[in-house]
Amino acid sequence: MIAEHLPALQVVIPLLAAPLCVLLRRPGPAWALATAASWAAFGVAVLLLIAVLEQGVLSYHLGGWEPPWGIEYRVDLANAFVLLIVAAISAVVLPFARRSVAAEIPEEKAYLFYSMYLLCLTGLLGIAITGDAFNVFVFLEISSLSSYVLISLGKDRRALTAAFQYLIMGTIGATFYLIGVGLLYAMTGTLNMADLAQRLPAVADTRTVHAAFAFLVIGIGVKAAAFPLHLWLPNAYCYAPSVVTAFLAATATKVSIYVLLRILFTVFGPVFSFEAIEFDLVMIPLALAAMLLASTTAIFQNNVKRLLAYSSVAQIGYMVLGISLGSVTGVTAGIVHLFNHAMIKGGLFLAMGCVFVMLGSVQLRDMAGLGRRMPWTMAAFVIGGLSLIGVPATTGFISKWVLVQATLERGQWFFAVLILASSLLALVYVWRVVEVAYFRPAPEGAAEVSEAPLAMLIPTWLLILANVYFGVDTSLTLGVARRAAETLLGGAA
Amino acid sequence: MIDPGLYNYWIVVVLMMAGFFIVISHGNLVKKIVGLNIFQTSVFILYISFGKVTDATAPILDEAYSEYSNPLPHVLILTAIVVGVATSALGLALIVRIREAYGTVEEDEIIAQDPDS
Repeated sequence: MIAEHLPALQVVIPLLAAPLCVLLRRPGPAWALATAASWAAFGVAVLLLIAVLEQGVLSYHLGGWEPPWGIEYRVDLANAFVLLIVAAISAVVLPFARRSVAAEIPEEKAYLFYSMYLLCLTGLLGIAITGDAFNVFVFLEISSLSSYVLISLGKDRRALTAAFQYLIMGTIGATFYLIGVGLLYAMTGTLNMADLAQRLPAVADTRTVHAAFAFLVIGIGVKAAAFPLHLWLPNAYCYAPSVVTAFLAATATKVSIYVLLRILFTVFGPVFSFEAIEFDLVMIPLALAAMLLASTTAIFQNNVKRLLAYSSVAQIGYMVLGISLGSVTGVTAGIVHLFNHAMIKGGLFLAMGCVFVMLGSVQLRDMAGLGRRMPWTMAAFVIGGLSLIGVPATTGFISKWVLVQATLERGQWFFAVLILASSLLALVYVWRVVEVAYFRPAPEGAAEVSEAPLAMLIPTWLLILANVYFGVDTSLTLGVARRAAETLLGGAA
Repeated sequence: MIDPGLYNYWIVVVLMMAGFFIVISHGNLVKKIVGLNIFQTSVFILYISFGKVTDATAPILDEAYSEYSNPLPHVLILTAIVVGVATSALGLALIVRIREAYGTVEEDEIIAQDPDS
C-alpha cells in the first residue's frame, strides 16, 4: 500500500515537515524534525532506486489523473539516482547543521532556517521526480525562492547583495524556462515530457521549436551555473551560511544539470539536439572555457569558500562537456561526475564549515598553521582536495577517467589534454590551502583554536570517506550511471 | 471584428525586451525589480494569447456554444503570477535589508562600500 505511493511521499514528507518546523518555533525540536524528515526522504529515495532497479520505470499519477492530462511523477534510473544524491547529501548535512546554525544564525530565526531548508529540499526532489515540464518550473521556483532566503541569512552583509543578484539572475533563468515550456505547449498542446517527446518530431522543423530549445537550455543554464551564466554563484556560495553552501553546492546545480539532460535527451531527443541543432558545437567550447578559466580564477582567491565556488564552476564544465559529447560514455561521465562532485564539494564545504565555526573566518591568511590545530578537519580537506584533483583511488579519478575515455572515443585527444591541464590547475589551488595550513606557523598571538566537535566531524568524514569508498568500488556509481545513460540515449531513439 | 493577427505577440516582445533592458541597465535595485515584473508579465500575456481560439467563447459550459478557448494556459499562468508575486515580495524585502545594511539602494554605491568583493 505504502510502496505504491513512494514517489508522492518523496516530495510530500519534507513539504509537510516545513510548516511544522514553523509551528515548533524552538531551534532544537525544529532541527530534530528536519533531520527526521530528511532521513525519511533518504529512506524513500533508497526504496525508489531499488524498486526501479527491479521493476523498471515507475509512473505515479497524482490524484489519479491519467497522464498526459494529470501530473505524472515518472521515476527511471536517471532520476532515481539524482533523488538518491539529493536526499543522501541532505541526510548527512542536517546532523552537521545543528552546531553550525547555532554559531551562524540568530537563535530566534533558527526554526525559520530549518523550514526554508526543508522547502528547498522539497523543490529539488520535486524537480528530479516529476515528469511534467510545467511542474518542473513550479518546483524550480520553490527551491529557488527558498535558496535566496537561505543565502541571505549569511552573517556578512554581502550575503544580502549576493542573494539579490541570484534572485535577479535566477528569476530571469526560470522565466526563460517558462517561455520555452509555453512555446512547446503552443506547438504540441501537451506538458507531459514523455508525451512531448512523441509529438515533437512532427513539428521539430519550425522556428518556434528551435526558439523553445534555446530558451529552455539558456534558462536551465543559468540555474546550473553553466559558464558563462555562472556570475551569481561565487558570491552566493561565498557569503551563504556554511550549511547552505555545502547543501546547495552539492545538490542545486546538480539537479539543474539533470533537467538539462532530460530536455536534451528525453524531450527533444539526441537526434534533434545533436544533429538538427548541433548543441555540442556551442556547448563544448564553453565547457572547456569553464574548466580552464574558472580553475585559473580559483587560484587567485583569498577566501577559501570563494575558491571552492570557482572550482565548482569548473567542475560543472566537466559535466557539461560529458553531456555535450552525446555518446553513452560521455553522458555516463556527466552523470557519474554529478554524483562524485556532490560528495567532493559537500565534504570540502563541510570541512570549511568546521573551520568557520571554530576560527570565525575562512580567509586564507587566517588559516596559517591550522593543520596542527585542527588536524582532523584539515586532513578531511586534504583527502577531499585530492579527490577534486583526481588522484587514483578517489572518486574524482573515476569521473575524469570516464570523461577522458569519452573524449578519446570521439578521437578528440586535444580535449583530453585540456582536462588534464584543468586538473593541474586544481592541484595548484588545493595546494595553496594545504601550504598555508600545514607549512606556515600560526601567527603570533593567534586565538586558541581547538578541533571541531564530533557532531560536525562525523558528517564531514562520512562524505570524505564516501569519496574513497566510491573511488575503489564503482559498481554502484558507475554501474547505475552507465545504465541511466543508456536509458536516456536509448529511450528517445 | 478586426482580426488581431500577431498584435499580441508584438506587445509580448516589446514588453519582454523593455523589462529585460531595465533589469540590465538600471543600477537602482527597486527599478530592477520593476523591470523584472514587466519581463514576467510579458510571459503571462504570451501564455494567455495562445490559449485564445478564434471565434470561440470563454470556457464556461453552455448549450448554446460548442467551441471554447483553451483554459489550461490561464490556469498555468495563475501559478506563474503567484510565483511572480512571491519573487517581488522577496526581492523587495531583500532591498529593505540591503538599505538597512548599506544605507543605499544604488548598485554602484553598494559596490563602492565593499571594495574587496
